[in-house]
Amino acid sequence: MIKQARDIPTPVKYLINLALFIIFLVVVNSMIASKTISGYYTKVIMLIGINIILAVSLNLATGYLGQLPLGHAGFMAVGAYSSAIFMKAASALPMFIALPLGLMIGGTVAGIFGFIIGIPALRLRGDYLAIITLGFGEIIRVILLNIDSVLGFNLTYGAASLKNIPKTTTFLGTFICVFIVCYVIHTMMKSRHGRAILSIRENEIAAESCGIKTTYYKTMAFVMSAFFAGVAGSLYAGYLGILNPSNFGFMKSIEILVMVVLGGMGSMIGSVISATVLTALPELLRAFADYRMVAYSLLLIAVMIFKPSGLMGTYDFSLSRLLGKGLSRLPARNASPARKGDDR
Amino acid sequence: MPRRDPHETLIPERDKDKTPAIECIGLGIDFGGLTAVDDFNFTLGRTEIAGLIGPNGAGKTTVFNLLTKVYQPTRGRMLLEGRDTKNMTTAQANRAGIARTFQNIRLFKELTVLDNVLIGLHNEIHVNLAQAILRLPSYWRCERVARERAMDLLSIFDMTGVADKKAGSLPYGAQRRLEIVRALATNPTLLLLDEPAAGMNPSETSELMENIRKIRDMFQISILLIEHDMNLVMGICEGIAVLNYGRIIAKGTPEEIKSDPDVIEAYLGKKGH
Ligand SMILES: Nc1ncnc2c1ncn2[C@@H]1O[C@H](COP(=O)(O)OP(=O)(O)OP(=O)(O)O)[C@@H](O)[C@H]1O
Ligand SMILES: [Mg+2]
Repeated sequence: MIKQARDIPTPVKYLINLALFIIFLVVVNSMIASKTISGYYTKVIMLIGINIILAVSLNLATGYLGQLPLGHAGFMAVGAYSSAIFMKAASALPMFIALPLGLMIGGTVAGIFGFIIGIPALRLRGDYLAIITLGFGEIIRVILLNIDSVLGFNLTYGAASLKNIPKTTTFLGTFICVFIVCYVIHTMMKSRHGRAILSIRENEIAAESCGIKTTYYKTMAFVMSAFFAGVAGSLYAGYLGILNPSNFGFMKSIEILVMVVLGGMGSMIGSVISATVLTALPELLRAFADYRMVAYSLLLIAVMIFKPSGLMGTYDFSLSRLLGKGLSRLPARNASPARKGDDR
Repeated sequence: MPRRDPHETLIPERDKDKTPAIECIGLGIDFGGLTAVDDFNFTLGRTEIAGLIGPNGAGKTTVFNLLTKVYQPTRGRMLLEGRDTKNMTTAQANRAGIARTFQNIRLFKELTVLDNVLIGLHNEIHVNLAQAILRLPSYWRCERVARERAMDLLSIFDMTGVADKKAGSLPYGAQRRLEIVRALATNPTLLLLDEPAAGMNPSETSELMENIRKIRDMFQISILLIEHDMNLVMGICEGIAVLNYGRIIAKGTPEEIKSDPDVIEAYLGKKGH
């Protein structure tokens, strides 16, 4: 049990977390500006940020809601293409308007697709949901490949790739998005909405009998998950500057899923760490990159055997909790037997 | 002793002038060719403690599933405080006042005891998503109030000490008690308990009996319980309905039920067989 009285007050904890994050942004950003971090590593770091958003958003649907969607790359693709098409058309707009708007458009379009897929898919359970979402991901990819010939004009440029997308994604932009996505998911999960989502994972019938509108909350979590995947897709479009439907195949969905499973279903910090490691490793060990899928499978099997709950289990890490522990070693003034709250 | 008509109501004197907590009229359900419950007529007073008993497979749990809208009835009607519950979902039935526990415990096992109760309080916490994400003062206030309420409810069963434990790690009896607390958290007018004493030792059972009475007195709600432990049923129920093969074969006070030949036959089998 953690003694509340010796804990840091909540607003202070929030400020500490925010300050630490800003320091991280400023330090890394100035290192990038001064070329201490090379252009290549900057790209790797940005990719890590994008993959963190993908993993954390998928974790919402798998780890917290307890479903197994296999089409996360589909939502990412929808977001990437819609934001890219918007950004190309909106080149006259000033960047500080176009960029957030592009991210919102990518997220919203993906969220709408999440809603359309979620309504029927969430009525199904387990394997069926996996199959439906897998089919959705593939359908999206095929549509992106062929839609131009149906429309009669060039929209996605199919296999020829959508080129000349403004390269607007920066380190700063990416990690501000990472922060916002993590913050929103974290705070939601500590509210009645988040508890409702967890209760569905734990026992749907019991959740219903507690008066929870399970269909509503399932759809909400699923749409949110798709929305953030769309945001990640938008960042990805502005990061690459060129999009091809083959970027968003089934294997991309699996890659994201592996990050979540490896990190521990239902652990946000687990998703963040494993997204970081699994993005950085293949990039840093170039020779290893060809064997990535083999390594993924082996890693996954090893985790399933030795630590089925994932590396972090469902543990959620917090810097301020660590600080709180440090403080609790100091002599207590008023150790009331308070209970562990939600935000430590 | 005179036999009662199985369709007669048994509402206690003090509840006679109030709308019944629940009124079932000819309720029935078929699963394919199997009639699991048929012609179920039952009325429960607003502060009554009643029992539903019967041999294994008699259809008792199915009645609970009908009352809580897990199943939609094939025939018949059901009035909750006078309101027809046609087309209600399970969640709506809960918000209309029915809460329950499960024969095979259905706790949110990986979550803490406190979180289990907070989920029960879901519809009592009035915070929208924006308030929660922006952590507005209303969020903190509602969370604090909900936590205090949850701890109060846990204190009924002396469970505040385990509030931070995983629900799945509790001993069996404590899990059953937690299910009752979670059900109470939804602020019901009718509490359904499916074999609350199953797996409890005699001292736990007698403590449970006291607590069921205490809950009724504290919250002024009606309680319908399924139980195989006859000491418990006979000890606290004011009215008892006996179910066999999906039909009510007897209704009455504990004394009447104990001496009812049909009931004895249902439980012990026909003499000479
Ligand atoms: N969903 C269902 N589909 C088919 N048959 C069912 C279903 N639910 C219950 N039944 C059947 O209905 C009958 C009554 O079951 P129920 O669980 O209500 O009995 P019970 O009185 O609660 O018994 P126990 O004391 O063992 O808990 C049984 O024959 C059971 O097999
Ligand atoms: Mg039963």
